[in-house]
Amino acid sequence: MLAYILRRILYVVPIAFGVSVVCFSLVHLAPGDPLQTILPADATAETIEIVKKAYGFDKPIPVQFGLWLLHVLQGDFGVSISSRRPVIDEVLGSLSNTLVLTGFAIPVAFVIGFTMGAIAGCHPGRAIDRFVTGVAVMGVSLPNYWLGIVLVIVFAVEWMVLPATGMGPSGSASFSIFRLDDLRYLILPVITLSMIPIGILSRTTRAAVAEIRGQDFIITLRAKGLSEFAIIRHVVKNAMPGVLAVMGLQFGYLIGGSILIETVFTWPGSGFLLSKSIINRDIPVLQGSILLLAMVFVATNLLVDLLQSAIDPRIRRA
Amino acid sequence: MSQTSATAQAASNWEADALPATKVRSYWQSVGYRLRHDPVTLVFGAVVLAVILAAIFAPWIAPMDPYKDSVIGRLKPFGWRGHLLGTDELGRDMLSRLIHGGRISLMMGLVPVLVATIVGGILGVVAGFGGRAVNTAIMRTMDVFYAFPSVLLAVAISGAMGGGIGNGMLALSLVFTPAICRVAETATAQVRNLDFIEAARASGAGTFTIIRHHVLGNVLGPVFIYSSSLVSVSILLASGLSFLGLGVKPPEPDWGLMLSTLRQSIYVNPLVCAVPGIAIFITSICFNLVSDGIRAAMDVRM
Repeated sequence: MLAYILRRILYVVPIAFGVSVVCFSLVHLAPGDPLQTILPADATAETIEIVKKAYGFDKPIPVQFGLWLLHVLQGDFGVSISSRRPVIDEVLGSLSNTLVLTGFAIPVAFVIGFTMGAIAGCHPGRAIDRFVTGVAVMGVSLPNYWLGIVLVIVFAVEWMVLPATGMGPSGSASFSIFRLDDLRYLILPVITLSMIPIGILSRTTRAAVAEIRGQDFIITLRAKGLSEFAIIRHVVKNAMPGVLAVMGLQFGYLIGGSILIETVFTWPGSGFLLSKSIINRDIPVLQGSILLLAMVFVATNLLVDLLQSAIDPRIRRA
Repeated sequence: MSQTSATAQAASNWEADALPATKVRSYWQSVGYRLRHDPVTLVFGAVVLAVILAAIFAPWIAPMDPYKDSVIGRLKPFGWRGHLLGTDELGRDMLSRLIHGGRISLMMGLVPVLVATIVGGILGVVAGFGGRAVNTAIMRTMDVFYAFPSVLLAVAISGAMGGGIGNGMLALSLVFTPAICRVAETATAQVRNLDFIEAARASGAGTFTIIRHHVLGNVLGPVFIYSSSLVSVSILLASGLSFLGLGVKPPEPDWGLMLSTLRQSIYVNPLVCAVPGIAIFITSICFNLVSDGIRAAMDVRM
């Protein structure tokens, strides 16, 4: 087991390196000079030279990359152009707000998706199966940011029962998940965010449960005279590792992919920060938040792999 | 003696009975047969076709000019003065903008998948058929792009490059290429070591001939099925990019952008503001169901 863990962690190192190369190159993908946004339009050639030197842009690109990586490894992601605050503070603060959202959305999606999928998988071909499959297809085809807008229209504009946007009545700084007034702000974004995972999880669960129910050992169990409930317990136990892996992946996707929903609900999370940095052309924040989010995603995948191999020893041997 | 002839008789009878029953269908004929007898796929396929045709012939179908605004006719409800779906925040006809908007929305959904299928497919076959070094170089590079959540990668690339339709499509192509490359590589690796490839090589076929005649046929199926399932994702992502302001620039009509500009007006006329999302939803769900139907008909397990 230890050897497997070490091997998996070692395998992540080159990927993390590649991810940082991609994030570094983002600056150079940008049209024009990376300094364009901070320099006044009428800057003299001399000023440009000085600023270039100050930011290290006069060095060859591989050297620039090495220096940047060195800083990043020490937790120094540079300074935001628009707010003048260290990028790392901005990104970590917003990441925790995103985690609040995903932390609620994933359990909700798991309970609903798994239950729906298990029920459908136990009655393949029946009406309930077709209903669940239909809901699942709708879940994955839904433009979820649109669903967010529709929910705002219904619950905030028409019925006025829930707040439309924002994080808590007095902003994100004093937000607490233990206060009922603050929790109301979570309801709509969490429903919206859990829609795609519900679709994917119920699909995965349905397929796994239907497949396991067709295996020989189920016939044996039935021949032994086990009750239907005991058989379902066996089926669920066998389906769990695969479904948990998919859930872990969804968790990673939500953290990195909640940008649209955070924009709809003006939730001050990492996705909202990212879209703000794109509008302001704040390249250090853009680079830093993408790098951190990608690293979180890589770490989640690693964790899911390790957890899965802990639950299911067959994976380690493969 | 009589017994043998009786057996022979029976055998020939059996042959005569059996032959017409085993109508030989080719693979593609049977796929077509299964598709024709799958009403769900047919219905949703028809909707997809209608959406595509409406987009292509938009200038002839759209009842009004999608750019013509009106100061007094802003955000009017369904059916107001012949505006079947109402008007948007500048008083432009919603139905016409929806029909015209399908052009860019569909293009931004379909082109990236097409590009990624070609690029990813070629890379995957090369990786699966090339040596160890080639395989490692290609697949490890793909792993790096796989390490980004798809929405994040699309937003990052098109955001860094400054938005626009071209950059958005490029970003989406980059998002889908690694996944398709993996499918193609797996399919190629599965065929590569089979006996008939060995036989072809023994009879003197070159690598290129083997790939063209023996490998491609086995790779295209899975790749096509996988790509078709990506179209709906691509449409959602593309409209998401436009929603964030990274796709089309106004006043060009596009479903995602319409949703974004109308969002400010949900307090004035909520129903009209929800319309572009319905177009995205319907298109994406139809592509999804058609892709499911194609997968079932082609009977390839992923």
